[in-house]
Amino acid sequence: MLAFILRRLVQSVAVLLVVGLVAFFLFRYVGDPINGMVGQDTPAVEREALKQKLGLNDPAPIQFLHFVGNAARGWFGLSYRTSEPVNRMILERLPATLELSFCAALFALLVGVPMGVYTGLYPRHWSSRALQAISLIGVSLPTFVIGILLILVFSVILHWLPSFGRGETVDLGWWTTNFLRWKGIEALIMPSITLGLFQLTLIMRLVRSEMLEVMRTDYIKFARARGLTNRAVNFGHALKNTLVPVITVTGLQLGSLIAFSVVTETVFAWPGVGQLFIQSVQFVDIPVMAAYLMLIGLLFVLINLAVDLLYFAVDPRLRGGGLARAGGH
Amino acid sequence: MAQWLARAADSDVWWSFKSSATTVIAAIVTLLIIFIAFLSPVLAPHTPFDPSTLSLTDGLKPPVFIGDDGDWSFPLGTDDQGRDVLSSIMYGTRLSLGVGFAAVVVAMVIGITLGLFSGYFGGAVDAVIMRIADVQLTFPAILVALLIDGIARGILTGQRHDEIAVFVIVGAIGLSFWVQYARTVRGSVLVEKNKEYVQAARVIGLSPILIMFRHVLPNVTGPVLVIATINLGLAIITEATLSFLGVGLPSTQPSLGTLIRLGNELLQSGEWWITVFPAATLAALVLAVNLLGDWLRDALNPKLR
Amino acid sequence: MMATNAPPLLEVKNLRVEFPTRRGTLVAVDDVSFEIAPGEVLGVVGESGAGKSLTGNSIIGLLEPPGRIAGGEVRLEGRRIDNLPYEEMRKVRGARIGAIFQDPLTSLNPLYSVGRQLIETIQTHKQVSAAQAQARALALLKEVGIPGAEHRIDHYPHQFSGGMRQRVVIALALCADPRLIVADEPTTALDVSIQAQIIALLKRLCREHRTAVMLVTHDMGVIAETADRVAVMYAGRIAEIGPVRDVIKHAQHPYTKGLMGSIPHLGERGGRLTQIDGAMPRLTEIPRGCAFNPRCEFRGARCLVERPELMAAGASRAACWLHDAKGVGAPLSKDGAKELANV
Repeated sequence: MLAFILRRLVQSVAVLLVVGLVAFFLFRYVGDPINGMVGQDTPAVEREALKQKLGLNDPAPIQFLHFVGNAARGWFGLSYRTSEPVNRMILERLPATLELSFCAALFALLVGVPMGVYTGLYPRHWSSRALQAISLIGVSLPTFVIGILLILVFSVILHWLPSFGRGETVDLGWWTTNFLRWKGIEALIMPSITLGLFQLTLIMRLVRSEMLEVMRTDYIKFARARGLTNRAVNFGHALKNTLVPVITVTGLQLGSLIAFSVVTETVFAWPGVGQLFIQSVQFVDIPVMAAYLMLIGLLFVLINLAVDLLYFAVDPRLRGGGLARAGGH
Repeated sequence: MAQWLARAADSDVWWSFKSSATTVIAAIVTLLIIFIAFLSPVLAPHTPFDPSTLSLTDGLKPPVFIGDDGDWSFPLGTDDQGRDVLSSIMYGTRLSLGVGFAAVVVAMVIGITLGLFSGYFGGAVDAVIMRIADVQLTFPAILVALLIDGIARGILTGQRHDEIAVFVIVGAIGLSFWVQYARTVRGSVLVEKNKEYVQAARVIGLSPILIMFRHVLPNVTGPVLVIATINLGLAIITEATLSFLGVGLPSTQPSLGTLIRLGNELLQSGEWWITVFPAATLAALVLAVNLLGDWLRDALNPKLR
Repeated sequence: MMATNAPPLLEVKNLRVEFPTRRGTLVAVDDVSFEIAPGEVLGVVGESGAGKSLTGNSIIGLLEPPGRIAGGEVRLEGRRIDNLPYEEMRKVRGARIGAIFQDPLTSLNPLYSVGRQLIETIQTHKQVSAAQAQARALALLKEVGIPGAEHRIDHYPHQFSGGMRQRVVIALALCADPRLIVADEPTTALDVSIQAQIIALLKRLCREHRTAVMLVTHDMGVIAETADRVAVMYAGRIAEIGPVRDVIKHAQHPYTKGLMGSIPHLGERGGRLTQIDGAMPRLTEIPRGCAFNPRCEFRGARCLVERPELMAAGASRAACWLHDAKGVGAPLSKDGAKELANV
């Protein structure tokens, strides 16, 4: 098990290095770091001196090492657009995105899994067919359209919920949170639903098809032949066996929630890192783009590691590899 | 031909198509939208993006079936510039579909080619291509497309970027969807690679790659078609999203996504029709395409799910 | 053997199983009737597709949709069970009828220890404490011959070999002391060397517990060694049923004869193995009259038009006109058969 985790760690670092390479090329060759730091009218001599000082004349591999070293310490230079340190800009906005993604994930899981189980257990029931049809509509509606429709109904027409911003937040010094004020929670509702809906339908469809698959297996039939109750068969035996693929995909989906928040944050003017990224693409703010890329890469790697650890908790076949061969004859 | 038709009519695929009312409706809706969109220059009542035909006095008219301000020459109302919403949607759909199809073709060509190389050469080529695929898969397509678009903006200047925005978008979306095709083709190539006809081709001096291509392609037509149909829906959504975010097609060349973005700015003041009709069109189009994709997947390969 | 005056444990009467398909309804089990006495082992033998597994699944009420029981009835201890509501049937399954499936590798849930699966089954059917259930689980594992049962009880299925897993499956089937066990190809997925052990185990346990067995298999050797009576199935119907010794030594149905002729016997030198020409018809194209007629060397005109029911034939019962007073009718040439078949 330790070897497995070590191998995964090495793979994770490799993935991060590849992402870092892309970010580095962006940073170094697409944008001009000097232009980002000095005015248009700075004489060429000064530019050259700055270039020398920043090590931009070093061979590319050395520069990449510097970039990776800086990135590891969280330093991505200054934003071209605001001249603020990129890491501070991102840290300021990260809580907004993480809280939104967390709520969206919760929504997607708490609604998606039960819906998937239900439609998987009773695939021929009319309500399952209805849910299945609704889920397809959910997949077909682009996130931003769902957001706009929600705003139209609940803000413009009914005036129930705010259409933009985080509402009221509480600053805890290192973190700003929505959860401590009713206005903040109110502001979270529509963005979370918008962001989570696509993942919800995906999770529901996945759980459904996994359930259908598992229900056909011999051990479920044998569990029935043993006379176990429906409850024990469906939830004790079937649901648990769907967990491994569901955890994999859900894990990846939670990662992409953070990336998908780009769209939701734009629709609801949510002051998170996604909005920052869109602005950086529009203004070609390369350091911010590079830093965002690395951030997403890091989050994905962390989530993947968490998913791997969860496998061990669920599936005994992965645990104690040596024991597998000890079986007597 | 008649024989071929008769065989097609008796096939399981055709049977499953006929017996699913939803699929038939989806197919009709898709064809209808494609038909109307591509004939929009002929069918549309106005040419909304020719400034000389616009008049600000026509601005913000509601649809005809609401209130008394409606005007039958603008059945779905107008936007703040006096552009006919119906005509904008027809032209916008044409662009959205065009970009979607083109992006899928780009993804397919890149994916099939890389998959073929990856499977055939194996070793380092395979490792590099498949690792790139792995890393790319960890990022959602929309992010990859955004990134590619951002890079294009960094390289091209603003004016130039708008001119070739369509190509940038097609490229960006195409590049973000190739992985699935590559994996499918690679798998098939690995199966075919060691078969005798490939060895035979080499012995008699034919290019083994070409020979394999000819044999592998029929094997992967089914799965590739399924992926392509599902991708078409995704590509249309991705383009709409990019345009909505303001990094896709410019307002001089509006797709459905651009129209929704422009309308969104007027949503708060109650002019909902400028947003809702393009959004409904987009949803109907993608839903119809997804239904077709879903059915195709089940009909061609029940195991693929 | 079968005590003729004791009421049968299981009665299957005119059982018919259908599969609706888009090209019409397939009849997979057609008018099958038999009985099993308490403690008796009935072998059911036939080629794959003959309907033997479907018959077994119908008895335990686990026919997979779209297959359905379209006619007939199944009675256990005099009580009709084929039309019970799901929950009622659930209480019969495991408690009164145990089941053993073909593949021990896939019959056990990989995510739970074998002990947990045993205890769960025991507690579902018996009002016992957790400790009692644990003790019974351990006793069962010992009884089916799992060495080191005390610590093996906490192991997961993947830590057992195929033969050991089938022993666990047998323990699971015996959890609630069922009166009947439906064993569907219990040894097919196992190594030949293990097969004999499992069959011996099954035979011993059933004798000790006075449990009747319906042993579904395509292996005549297993039947010969284990069963009291045997039913030979062909194309969804019973071709011949009778005491195992009689069926093997004096087969009455031409199909059974062919089946027996294809088994090599130890110590019989020089005899040729026979084979039956052709293959069992698909369910979509079962011929009129006797389903076996295209492959039968004794067929007459009657076999092409009239379907034989089971009738007394020696010590057994066989569905063949050869045993009818009127016989098979006019003999047929090969071409004549074709002409008549086209009528």
